Amino acid sequence: MAYIDTIIAGFGGQGVMLIGNLLAYAGMHAGLNVTYIPVYGPEMRGGTSNCTVVLSDDEIGSPLIPCPKSLIIMNPPSLDKFQSQLEENGHLIVNSSLVDASKCDTKRFNVWTIDANAIADRLGNTRMANMVALGAFLKATGILTIEDASKALEFVISARYHNLIPANTVAIEAGFNEAVKL
Amino acid sequence: MANERLFIKGNEAISRGALAAGCKCFFGYPITPQNDIPEFFSEEMLKTGGDFVQAESEIAAANMLLGAGAAGIRAMSSSSSPGMSLKQEAISYMAGSRVPAVLVNIVRGGPGLGDIGPSQGDYYQSTRGGGHGDYRLFVLAPSTAQEAYDLTIKAFDVAFKYRTPVMIQGDAILGQMKEPIVPWIPETLNNYDVDTWCLHGTKGRKERLVKSLFLNDGELAAQNLSLQATYDSWTSEVMYEEFECADAELIIVAFGSIARITKSTIRTLRAKGHKVGLFRPITLYPFPNEALENLAKQGKKFLTIEHNLGQMVDDVRLAVRRHADSDFFGFLPGNLPSPIDCEEPILKALKA
Amino acid sequence: MEEKLVFTRPECVVDRATHYCPGCQHGVAHRLIGEVLDEMQLADKSILVSSIGCSVFLYNYLHIDAVEAPHGRAPAVATGVKRARPDNFVFTYQGDGDLASIGMAEIMHCANRGENLSVIFVNNTVYGMTGGQMAPTTLEGQKTTTSPRGRDVLHDGNAIRMAEIIAQLEGTSYSTRVALDTVLHIKQTKKAIKKAFTLQNEKKGFGFVEILATCPTNWKMSSLDANERIAKELIPYFPLGTYKDIEQGAK
Repeated sequence: MAYIDTIIAGFGGQGVMLIGNLLAYAGMHAGLNVTYIPVYGPEMRGGTSNCTVVLSDDEIGSPLIPCPKSLIIMNPPSLDKFQSQLEENGHLIVNSSLVDASKCDTKRFNVWTIDANAIADRLGNTRMANMVALGAFLKATGILTIEDASKALEFVISARYHNLIPANTVAIEAGFNEAVKL
Repeated sequence: MANERLFIKGNEAISRGALAAGCKCFFGYPITPQNDIPEFFSEEMLKTGGDFVQAESEIAAANMLLGAGAAGIRAMSSSSSPGMSLKQEAISYMAGSRVPAVLVNIVRGGPGLGDIGPSQGDYYQSTRGGGHGDYRLFVLAPSTAQEAYDLTIKAFDVAFKYRTPVMIQGDAILGQMKEPIVPWIPETLNNYDVDTWCLHGTKGRKERLVKSLFLNDGELAAQNLSLQATYDSWTSEVMYEEFECADAELIIVAFGSIARITKSTIRTLRAKGHKVGLFRPITLYPFPNEALENLAKQGKKFLTIEHNLGQMVDDVRLAVRRHADSDFFGFLPGNLPSPIDCEEPILKALKA
Repeated sequence: MEEKLVFTRPECVVDRATHYCPGCQHGVAHRLIGEVLDEMQLADKSILVSSIGCSVFLYNYLHIDAVEAPHGRAPAVATGVKRARPDNFVFTYQGDGDLASIGMAEIMHCANRGENLSVIFVNNTVYGMTGGQMAPTTLEGQKTTTSPRGRDVLHDGNAIRMAEIIAQLEGTSYSTRVALDTVLHIKQTKKAIKKAFTLQNEKKGFGFVEILATCPTNWKMSSLDANERIAKELIPYFPLGTYKDIEQGAK
């Protein structure tokens, strides 16, 4: 059975909602059931932004996941907030450009680091750090391919930026290839 | 094109369902968490040649709905809990004067201003009518975006079939969550006997009157009997879902978003060998009494789980009263519900 | 002897005695509306939105389609009717309690949106149907069942002048105040109704006709005294005249 759920968390502006949508579209086009729900309610005031995505080949029950099977952590406060909720042996993908990876519990979790901001800078656009992190997530979980994600880009990037789709694909590939398992 | 999957919020699924159902007028007022709906119609309704009005209040929006419904046009209004309280006046008039209309309540926490998070605190308000007088609303409670789309199409059909206001009740989870849906367009839109009662100018026929005031001897009693007969006839429209009920010792009764959340818990507990099932009313009124009673006759136990302090549990108890009772567990309005939190109450109810 | 018919009931007015009290002028206003609907051949495309108050029963006196609105909400209901059926002729008929108190938000925003419909507003300075309570248009010093010592403006505020207020809104095409106390005024009232109806018919927008009328029962006056009160007390506070006419420019 294919099933993964993930909470993607970071600062507002890091594009966590965008890669959440991207993951959901990619899963949908790969024939999976998907749900996506943005952070809602009082948590909106916490300075972090997050969304929850569920991918499954079975019917999806709860779209809200208190103990996720994976996390994509883009900034330090998100690690503090969500690491304790991650399921035992869950996938913890951490943006090591901003987050101190030594805080990750490698005994309990399957921890992957990715130098997302540095890689995005190297590729010419720091705003693509989210795509790099998503690539690392694909590597860690194996739930979908780079191609699945790449094909979904046109659905989440507004039409006037479609010229950036190839660059974003490169960012996803770089994340996939350069993710480091601790 | 029509069968291409769309990845959209529940709020948008409701909006698109309404367009597919031939909705021609939308009247709204801003309130979180339903704003996607009026925002959608402010653009899309005009494209279809219909009309959109952002009213000065929920009171006015609901009364505009009354006007459009009396004119025999498919129309809708949406709001969230505090706004629905304001709409109750017009809803009572619509019920009393048999005006078809579709209302959406994306419920938030209460009472008062409450919060903007999900809740099921308006179950009583929706299923008991909500405004003054003896009337009921036909209440539909979708739990997925696809169902939100499908049931909105059904809502318009029911509204015109029975000349009644219909309520679609969701919450912030349903409204804000994105899911794939397969849109579809009904082959025919049936407005039933609309040509025999709607207002469009006499044009040679006798004048018509859409009203709820009945002062002559016996008139109001007759109107109430007629309404009651309509409500009684709705038993043929009952909708519900049974999940893993056949061999279940304990039946969880839950609706809307909470039903799908408890479904996750049930899967987890099933994997551990616990015989638990889910009964999900899809029509909250008419309530699926018969189906629940049948389960009770089989000796099953019941636990009602809601996102409130216990409202639907009254209806569950009434349905099973000759054979069983129902325990209750409530997620509190203001807290986000989670599948883990209801494990313990379920295990406790199983042992009881 | 040859018979010559010189006066008859308008075709769209129902042959039925009204329920109104002796000396009440709703019947006069109803007849004027009936005459104008007939003359403009609007009856068979009209949808009346009735309000709450004595005049709720207007629908019993006109052979036209009608819907009953909750108290004060007639302009919102009419908005819904007109948006749903823009080719029909839509008008409301409201009293002062209905329009200027509980329905203040609905009338203001209906006018402000410039809805292409007509509002007939009958101002008799009192809640009639419920038994003569103070209305938003009750004059200073006027005794009612809820201002038994006379309206105290320091305590209750002043009477509201609706025709002037409605004229201030950009969406309004026509706002006027007329009365029913003299033959001349009745003729002016008919002209005003016709003007408002014509504007709607020509898709020229929102027309508002405020009609000063009697309520002898709740004023506790004879019909004649009540009629005289219009000139003596009402018109000085509620001056007759057209406050806005998009075809003439604002006054």
